[in-house]
Amino acid sequence: MSELTANHDEHSHHPTGIKRWLTTTNHKDIGTMYLVFSLIMFFIGGAMAMIIRLELFQPGLQFVDPQFYNSMVTMHALIMIFGVVMPAWTGFANWLVPMMIGAPDMALPRLNNWSFWILPFAFSLLLITLFLPGGAPAGGWTMYPPLVLQTGAAFPFLIFAVHFLGASSIGGAINVLATVFNMRAPGMTLLKLPLFVWTWIITGFLLVASLPVLAGAVTMLLTDKFFGTSFFSAAGGGDPVMFQHIFWFFGHPEVYILILPAFGVVSAIIPTFCRKPLFGYNSMVYAVAAIAFLSFIVWAHHMFTVGMPLAGELFFMYTTVLIAVPTGVKVFNWVATMWKSAMTFETPMLFAIGFVILFTIGGFSGLMLGVTPVDFQYHDTYFVVAHFHYVLVTGAVYSLMAATYFWLPKWTGYMYDEALGKWHFWLSTISVNVLFFPQHFLGLAGMPRRIPDYSVQFAEFNVISSVGGFVYGLSQLLFVYIIVKCVRGGQKATDRVWEGAQGLEWTLASPPPYHSFNTPPDPSTIDGGVR
Amino acid sequence: MNTNLKTASRLLLMALFMFGFGYLLVPIYDILCEVTGLNGKTGVVQAEYTQSVQADKTRRVKVQFVTSVSAGLPWTFRPVVRDIEVVPGVVTSVNFEATNLAGTPIIGSAVPSVSPSVASKYLNKTDCFCFVRQRLEAGEKKIMPVAFIVDGRIPKHVDLLTLSYTFFPALKS
Amino acid sequence: MSYLRILVLGGLIFLPVAAMAEGNVNSNTWGLNLTRGVTPFSKEVYDLHMIVLWICVVIGVVVFGAMFYAMFAYRKSKGAQAEGWHENHTVEAVWTIIPLLILIGIAIPATHTLIKMEDVSNAEMTIKVTGYQWMWQYDYVDSGISFYSKLADDSNFARQRGSGIDPNSVENYLLDVDTRLVVPTNTKIRFLTTAADVIHAWWVPALGWKRDAIPGFINESWAIIEEPGVYRGQCAELCGKDHGFMPIVVEAISPDDYKSWVAQKKQGDETPVVSKGSSGELPYIASRSDQVELPKE
Repeated sequence: MSELTANHDEHSHHPTGIKRWLTTTNHKDIGTMYLVFSLIMFFIGGAMAMIIRLELFQPGLQFVDPQFYNSMVTMHALIMIFGVVMPAWTGFANWLVPMMIGAPDMALPRLNNWSFWILPFAFSLLLITLFLPGGAPAGGWTMYPPLVLQTGAAFPFLIFAVHFLGASSIGGAINVLATVFNMRAPGMTLLKLPLFVWTWIITGFLLVASLPVLAGAVTMLLTDKFFGTSFFSAAGGGDPVMFQHIFWFFGHPEVYILILPAFGVVSAIIPTFCRKPLFGYNSMVYAVAAIAFLSFIVWAHHMFTVGMPLAGELFFMYTTVLIAVPTGVKVFNWVATMWKSAMTFETPMLFAIGFVILFTIGGFSGLMLGVTPVDFQYHDTYFVVAHFHYVLVTGAVYSLMAATYFWLPKWTGYMYDEALGKWHFWLSTISVNVLFFPQHFLGLAGMPRRIPDYSVQFAEFNVISSVGGFVYGLSQLLFVYIIVKCVRGGQKATDRVWEGAQGLEWTLASPPPYHSFNTPPDPSTIDGGVR
Repeated sequence: MNTNLKTASRLLLMALFMFGFGYLLVPIYDILCEVTGLNGKTGVVQAEYTQSVQADKTRRVKVQFVTSVSAGLPWTFRPVVRDIEVVPGVVTSVNFEATNLAGTPIIGSAVPSVSPSVASKYLNKTDCFCFVRQRLEAGEKKIMPVAFIVDGRIPKHVDLLTLSYTFFPALKS
Repeated sequence: MSYLRILVLGGLIFLPVAAMAEGNVNSNTWGLNLTRGVTPFSKEVYDLHMIVLWICVVIGVVVFGAMFYAMFAYRKSKGAQAEGWHENHTVEAVWTIIPLLILIGIAIPATHTLIKMEDVSNAEMTIKVTGYQWMWQYDYVDSGISFYSKLADDSNFARQRGSGIDPNSVENYLLDVDTRLVVPTNTKIRFLTTAADVIHAWWVPALGWKRDAIPGFINESWAIIEEPGVYRGQCAELCGKDHGFMPIVVEAISPDDYKSWVAQKKQGDETPVVSKGSSGELPYIASRSDQVELPKE
């Protein structure tokens, strides 16, 4: 594979330059590629969000046409979900899981390489639709028929992009699961695994179980459009509502795919900066498992207004509000971890605390949305938009940022700029609330989602929200600067990096060797999952 | 690493099973709809069945007819009567009228829907124009019958049933 | 790192919640809260919304209060020493059971309200609502009145890109239609929603619900409007390019006025409403026919 002569250091037996990245099977290289890819997509999806907020800055249509606006809404969602959060979690899993369980690398290195390289290809398919006749998909990321069947030339691109994204994620999930099940160091029992690994096990199963269902649903759309089937066409004896059932059977586990690893990250960061073991490790694991189980029987709460029988509406209301119990347990456990601890507030900790508070606010609005009769009012308004941005931006994205700051010194061997990190946190936190909090009011006051223009009574809060959006968007440039600066150098990081850090990854050098644990770690250093 | 491949192929099998399960959800959904009336589709009964049903002469249920035409089908479509009071268990037949406004023949197919959806499984049709596609010549006006029975076991609180038909352009093939 | 920052953060989160609870419900701009609406159902929904909101605020104050207290009291910089405990089964059981009880407390009134919502029996009249790309059609099933209702012209001109018309100068910008849906007050009206092309959703906040309009299927809902007035709403399901431009205006008038409106509408409106493209559905003329076999005793 490599014609290069072996030199003295252990990094030598792999190609350099572009070929290194194309053919790499190393978990750290692949993890880095996932994370860089995710960061790039974050700015592409973010640019679309900026277009959306720009158009909504004032009533009237100033900048874009309604059809293009709908494309932006659709693409923004697809990119942020499939291009940012999911690849980022796979990237973190690649980097961290072998180091956390004491393995040299991932279990299936070549599958790992393939899983990643499908992604840029899939997103090229998706992004190219912006230049096709008829424009990019504009039927919403939920792809409800019959509307999505009105998509022009972009339709097959959308379907195949979704197929490839699904295949990539399933590949990544299989790899993580195989690694965790087969490559744990001696002494690393399941109930000693760090919570990030635990949440990823459950996420992995959710991915393997739910993404194929999405693949099936979009395949049915494809055959409905081109091959004369009528799964979702009433004219041929099908039912468009059935698509919604199948889609959300995937879709609800999907939202936990986005958020469960965040629980794991926060459960690593809070104890570190509290210098105290995580409260209720076992109940954390059970709570995650309970949430994952419930996620398969709540799907129809996304579609209360389709006109289900009373019994169905009641069932899905009860199961939905029930999710508040295990989620509450997790939040209470984090607060209990802080109790009688010795806290410091470095940037990762700030983002983790921001996560707990703001994600909980998203949880509150989620509880409100779960109450069926009231959902008849909230459904498809900006209240929903505010809800899922609180759980996804200040939830998933915040935890991604916390995780980046937390493990970046371990990966690069250098400390990031702490002062700039704090600036990033405070700018983000203030602006993100200015951005999304007023959207609760807009929704309650009656503004539907996915509209390019609105009645003048909604003007004030939209201005505020847009200003918050622009500041939030710009603040993220600071994030890139901090990362680049840290990669290029700075204060040397120690191996343990953080005073209270616990876990196998901190026993390795900073930066860690190319293969994480060539010899299994001493079982006595495995201190159990309580930290 | 044999164990890794074993784990991976098991998980892959699980993924394939779930792909199949996505398709399996289609018949499951249909059965669920039939049992619960979830999407308001009506039942079909054989003619022999009609003799075995006991008429409940003390009850009257109002059945209301509404019609829609899908965008893209240049037809008019209306019920000849707006509503009718029926005795549960007695076969009733009503007519609908469709007119093709276009200058070319067009084939359409009608899709029934019943509201409230819980009532749909108690509304059974013995004959309906919706069982087959309807071809209307240019400018043709056609009277089309529906014969149905309201099952006597229909819940007492249902006093009004709506039977809706929507005409769609027939799909090719 | 200062306490001030934490205070500012806390304030940012709590103040709007408090403001929402105190919000002026009737004002048009700076609208903060759900409308109470004008139907028995919408008022129950509003009450339910406020109950759940306040429960969330109280839980938020307790949980975030504990967090902020911990952040003040247990700082390493103040010499705090971390304790080693990490489990307490009693506490864990308590904070599993208490939320469960709260949820049951929410579910009981919610179930009552939902059962009422789904009881469409004894309706006095039926209106069929059909969604089109991008307008609504209303059929008064009992009286045979039928018409289309689409965005009013002045809004439609102003909303074009580069129209040069200030939306603020248009009355009820994007919330006005050419033909209103006129209904009687204090009458149980049954709404049947369906669509002719893609899925739409018919939503008037003052009625307290929205319902999807699905091609090929009919959905039923009901409302008793208790106060005369004009109530505005919008399509609430993405339905293509002009999804944001198909508003709904319901005008509720007294039953007597409504009777005369029906009479006038039946006389005056012989010409069918212009339909767009080839959608081609004309209002049907209702009449009883001899062809119908009435069931014999």
